[in-house]
Amino acid sequence: MATNILMPALSPTMEEGTLAKWLVKEGDTVASGDILAEIETDKATMEFEAVDDGVIGKLLVAEGTEGVKVNTAIAVLLEDGEDASDTKAAPEPQAKAAEPAATPVQETAPATATPRPAMEEVPAGTKMKTMTVREALREAMSEEMRANEDVYLMGEEVAEYQGAYKISQGMLDEFGPKRVIDTPITENGFTGIAVGSAFAGLRPIVEFMTFNFAMQAIDHIVNSAAKTLYMSGGQMGCPIVFRGANGAAARVGAQHSHDYATWYAQVPGLKVVMPYSAADAKGLLKSAIRDPNPVVFLENEILYGRSFEVPDLDDFTVPLGRARIWRQGSDVSIVSFGIGMQYALEAAEILAKDGIEAEVIDLRSIRPIDYETVLESVRKTNRCVTVEEGFPVCSIGNHLSATIMMQAFDYLDAPVINCTGKDVPMPYAANLEKLALVTTQEVVDAVKSVTYR
Amino acid sequence: MAAKKPAAKPNISKEELLDHYREMLLIRRFEEKAGQLYGMGVIGGFCHLYIGQEAVVVGLEATAKDGDQRITSYRDHGHMLASGMDPKGVMAELAGRKDGYSKGKGGSMHMFSAEKNFYGGHGIVGAQVPLGAGLGFANRYRGNDNVSFAYFGDGAANQGQVYETFNMASLWKLPVVFVIENNQYAMGTAMKRSTSTPDIYTRGQAFGIPGEAVDGMDVLAVKAAGEKAVAHARAGNGPYILEMKTYRYRGHSMSDPAKYRSREEVQKVRQEKDPIDHVRDLLVGGKHATEDELKTIDKEIKAVVNESAKFAQDSPEPDISELWTDIYAEVS
Repeated sequence: MATNILMPALSPTMEEGTLAKWLVKEGDTVASGDILAEIETDKATMEFEAVDDGVIGKLLVAEGTEGVKVNTAIAVLLEDGEDASDTKAAPEPQAKAAEPAATPVQETAPATATPRPAMEEVPAGTKMKTMTVREALREAMSEEMRANEDVYLMGEEVAEYQGAYKISQGMLDEFGPKRVIDTPITENGFTGIAVGSAFAGLRPIVEFMTFNFAMQAIDHIVNSAAKTLYMSGGQMGCPIVFRGANGAAARVGAQHSHDYATWYAQVPGLKVVMPYSAADAKGLLKSAIRDPNPVVFLENEILYGRSFEVPDLDDFTVPLGRARIWRQGSDVSIVSFGIGMQYALEAAEILAKDGIEAEVIDLRSIRPIDYETVLESVRKTNRCVTVEEGFPVCSIGNHLSATIMMQAFDYLDAPVINCTGKDVPMPYAANLEKLALVTTQEVVDAVKSVTYR
Repeated sequence: MAAKKPAAKPNISKEELLDHYREMLLIRRFEEKAGQLYGMGVIGGFCHLYIGQEAVVVGLEATAKDGDQRITSYRDHGHMLASGMDPKGVMAELAGRKDGYSKGKGGSMHMFSAEKNFYGGHGIVGAQVPLGAGLGFANRYRGNDNVSFAYFGDGAANQGQVYETFNMASLWKLPVVFVIENNQYAMGTAMKRSTSTPDIYTRGQAFGIPGEAVDGMDVLAVKAAGEKAVAHARAGNGPYILEMKTYRYRGHSMSDPAKYRSREEVQKVRQEKDPIDHVRDLLVGGKHATEDELKTIDKEIKAVVNESAKFAQDSPEPDISELWTDIYAEVS
């Protein structure tokens, strides 16, 4: 049967083009791959090849014709034994894609619908033990590695050196070099290897000595780990935890002091956690290791050595995506996460002495964010201050402010204030570094401002 | 295109030759049809055709066993077909339809098959190399004897992460066959303008990884080299590098006019080195098959490809609810 040769689209954006030159004439025999014509697109002149074997029955568009629409029949191809009188028989192809449908409006990806937050994950009367954040992280990893043979830890100095920050101290002895793996200093490469092994069903924990170095590997975190479930139509997931110290330590300068919370919080497909207390560090890390999705777990070097009460339970977990209310109050909501909580809680103490009762919320997870806990608190207090150490532009506080404005505008008695780190690379000098970080006094001042005191 | 070693031709059965012929022809006809559907606007965005390189993936797939994994770049349609994925599902994905392997959400560059151990389909040049080593890592971790095939091009061979991966793969003896599909052009940049050494496989020497150059237009040479590489990796000796000297006939993507090389250069390869013609000559010359028998195969393949094109165009676009699915796996 004779077939029409159609004007091809030769770029993602081409709608029409010029049939610059025919390289065949009527009656020519052509084979698949032979060049039929030269076609000018908006970008270039392209050669157009035959797909099928046959004889050129008729050229329908003369060379030099401009503005030939894509999918216009430009020639008729005959099969063996046909002649040009068959050319009318060529049917029009069905090639039209359906009209794009309207997309539903939904603000963020449905990571996990956040159930109403439980204030505490611990039954009343639970025995507590005091431990540092460092010990809590180690316990979380060790417990999960005992429970699941597929979980392994990989990173620089995690094994024989016992961890650059001693998070993995003793783990090589217990689990051996097969499961506690020292890597060369090649973040991009070992992160890619870990992600590939997660595609194959293992459950890696990748330790970045600090998240500053994860910049070398962010392509694998974002493009390889976060997007594959979606790109594969749900076939292939990536159960992996990326963890390590994030944000400012002390006097280590601009390249070792960056808080990446907001970078990762922007990526659909990732979950992002930034704990403050040792209990949350332990419970959230255990949940992160069990989660079938890639989780970015942002720790803080200054908090590693700090002690907190941790529930003395065999299997204590904290669900991702739920905030924790540390302190109830009716005058203002202070929302923070990670080391920002230190300023939030200190400020709340000071404010209480002035008779201002702050409700202090630790987001704990920043993707998904527990919006409902924040909004409910703001509907009660009518005022909100956010606190984080990261840079001010496109901060988590900015995002919360927008959300509160859109969903609780009528409840607000004052604009939301975002307390953040300053918009400068981290300086080394002690006095400048102090100025660059958020301070408790700034939080106190912000609260006084929104409460008009 | 200079082969370092002549192809081993003896002891090749008629069935084997016919299998290679069929599989290579399927890829070629499929790709030609994809090009045509792109021209009709059925396939959009980027579409990178594999025409000319068919012997590489067909020869290597002949050395794989159940459980072996493969991963490649965005020029991936041939790898999917050779791994046994259904042409209908692949074409439907190219068209962005519901019945595509990724429900239409991945497209030409991002397709996967958990069933066939095909791990994509990656759009970031070079990223598939450590990912592929990670598949090998999982094999070693589990103590099985499977290997992973990590395919990448001469362009990707200049990415730093490739060498980070070579180092760790060698250090940890990962069962990976690194396959460099050297088609001589990284998009529009010829090898000699981008790459300091003419034989990329020699770079493995710096990491203690054995390797060799192979005539990638000769499916029998590819298979012979592949068997050696796979045996090395399967036995626990670590990675192996195969540099396939090959050639792509079409542009880098559909919108590439390919002005960086002459029409004569392309024609010369097509006429003298075509991988499908080569097997056809062996079949006919060795009296394994008649022209008529091959014509019958051609017709069968054409029918399969046409069926895939019809299936793709008949398949509806994904339901709009799919916009919001598969972002997160459910926590069990």
